[in-house]
Amino acid sequence: MVRVSELSKYYAGTRALGPVSFEIPSGQTVGFLGLNGAGKTTLLRVLACALRPSAGSVTVGGFDALQNPHAVRQRVGFLPQEPPLYVDMTVGGYLAFVGRLRGLDPAEVRARVPEVEERTNLEEADGELIRHLSHGYRQRVGVAQAVIHDPDLLILDEPTHALDPVQVVEMRSMIQGLKADHTILISSHILPEISETCDRLMILNEGAIIATGTEEELSSRLLESRRFSVTVKPRVDGEKGLAKAGKIEESVSAEALGVEEEPLDSDACEAVVACIRRIDGIRAVEATTPGEAGAVSFLVDASGDRRAEVVRALVEAGHGVLRVERTRRELESVFLELVQERQARDASG
Amino acid sequence: MRAVSVILRRELGAYLSSPLGYIVAAVVLLLDGLLFYAEGLGPAGGERLSGEVLLRFFYYASGLTAVAAVTLSIRLIAEERQSGTLVLLNTSPVRDWEIVLGKFLSAFVFLAGITLLSVYMPLMIMVNGKISIGQVLVGYGGLLLLGGAVLAIGVFATALTRHQLVAAALAAALTGTMFLFWPLSRLIDPPISRVLAGLTLHGRHFSGFQAGLLHFRDVVYYAAVTYFFLLLATRIMEAKRWE
Repeated sequence: MVRVSELSKYYAGTRALGPVSFEIPSGQTVGFLGLNGAGKTTLLRVLACALRPSAGSVTVGGFDALQNPHAVRQRVGFLPQEPPLYVDMTVGGYLAFVGRLRGLDPAEVRARVPEVEERTNLEEADGELIRHLSHGYRQRVGVAQAVIHDPDLLILDEPTHALDPVQVVEMRSMIQGLKADHTILISSHILPEISETCDRLMILNEGAIIATGTEEELSSRLLESRRFSVTVKPRVDGEKGLAKAGKIEESVSAEALGVEEEPLDSDACEAVVACIRRIDGIRAVEATTPGEAGAVSFLVDASGDRRAEVVRALVEAGHGVLRVERTRRELESVFLELVQERQARDASG
Repeated sequence: MRAVSVILRRELGAYLSSPLGYIVAAVVLLLDGLLFYAEGLGPAGGERLSGEVLLRFFYYASGLTAVAAVTLSIRLIAEERQSGTLVLLNTSPVRDWEIVLGKFLSAFVFLAGITLLSVYMPLMIMVNGKISIGQVLVGYGGLLLLGGAVLAIGVFATALTRHQLVAAALAAALTGTMFLFWPLSRLIDPPISRVLAGLTLHGRHFSGFQAGLLHFRDVVYYAAVTYFFLLLATRIMEAKRWE
C-alpha cells in the first residue's frame, strides 16, 4: 500500500526527516511514535501529499506521490493535528461538502454521510453547527471527513490530541472500528494509545526511524526478556514460624508481604530468593505481590532470558512454580531506552 | 468543473452565513442610495439630464464596487491558511486552478448580487426620465467586469499571505495604484502616459461603460486583468501547496 524510499525533508537546510525507507502492506495499522520534533508530522504530511519531500520517493497504492499527487490524494484520507473544519457549516453539510470535494457524486454522498456519521457517533450532531461542538466532537468530525470517501489509506496525525480520557477511549475504539476497512497510519507521543491500536510501530527520533516492529518485538528486543515475574509456592520445611513483614529481608517488600489472610514463611521466601540468585545472569530478585494460598510473586531482573533456568532451579529445590510471565512494562520504557541508545550512539560518533 | 462548483457553493454559503457579506451589501447599497439621492434626486440632481444622472450613478457605483470587491476577496484564501482549513483542499483531489476559480466565482456571484440589488435606482431614472435600457445594461456590465477584475486582484493578494489585513492592504494598494494610472497618465508625457492609460482599471476603460458605450477593447482589458491575476493566484497556490 505504501512504499517509502530514501525519503528526506529539509527546512531551510535543516533536516527534519530522513532518509527513511519502509513499506506498509494493505490492511495494516502502523503507529509512528516519537517525541515532539521527531519528524512524525512531516512524514505523515508527505504521505498525504501536503508536503513535498526534499528527496526520495513515496508511492501510495502504486501511484507516485510526486508524479501523480492527484491520484494519491484520491486514495488518502488525512486528519491533521488540528481538524480542518469550517465552523460555519453543519456537521452533515460539511461532510457532504468534503465528500463532493473528494469525488463522490450526490447520490453517493447521500448514502455515505449517514453511514460515516454512524461509525463516528455523530448521528445526533448532523444538524449542529461545527462551531457549537466540543473538542471531542470536532475530532470525530475530523475523522469522519477523512473517511468520507472510503480511502484505502487513512492518515491520522495525533488523533487523540487534547482529548480527555473518556474521549481518548472513544477515539481508540473508533479507530479500532476503522481498521477492517483501511490501512491506517497514526502518529502519537502518547504511547499506550499507539500500542493498543496498532499492529506495528515505528519509532522516530530526530527524523530517523530508530526501531520498527510489533510491540512485543520491540519490547523483547530491549527489555522484556530481562524482566519477568515468577509466582512460587515456596517449600515450607517443618514447623517454622509464620513470617511477618518485618522479618523479611530487604529484597522482599513489607508491603508485598503484608498479607492478612495468608501469612508467608519468611525463611521459605528467602530460600526462593537465594535459589534464584544462584543462577548466573540474575541481577536482582524482588518479592512483589502476595499470591494465592501462600504463593508469592517474585520480579526477576536478568541479563538475558533466564526463565527456563529459574524454573528448573526452583523445581529442583522443591518449590512449586505456579506461573512465569514476562512483565508488560510500559512502552515508554522501550521508547525511552531506544531514544537514549540512539543518542548515546550519536554522541559517541 | 465539479470541484469548482462544490467550492463555489461552499464559499457562497459562507458569505450568506457570515456577517461580512451582509455588512458589505448593506454599506454598498446604503452609500449607493445616498449618492444617488445627492446626485439624482436632490437639488443638484434636478438640473441634470437623466443620462448624466445615470452616468454619475455608475461612476460612484464603480468605486463602491471596487471597495466591495477588495473586502469580499481578502478572506478567500488567507482565512483558510490562518484557520488551517486549506489543508483540506490541498489534500483533496482538486487542482489549484479549481480552488482559485471556485473561490473567485463565489465572490463574483455575491458581488453581482449586491450590484444588481441597486438596479432600482436606474429604473427610477428610467421611469422619471429618458434613458435607454442599453445604457443601463452596459453600465451594469461594466460594473461587473470592473468588480471581477478587482476581485481577481484580491484573490491574488489573499493567496500570498495568511494575514487578511496584509492581503487587504496589498489588494487595496494594487487596485488603488491601477485606478491612479488614469489621472497620472494625464499629468505625464507619452509614451509612458499611453502605457498608464492602457493599464488603468478605471478612467479610460470604464468611461465607455458608464456612458452606455460598449467597446470590445474595454471588455478584453477587464477580462485580461482578471485572467492575469487569477493565473498569478493559481501559480502561488501551486507553489505553496507543497510547503
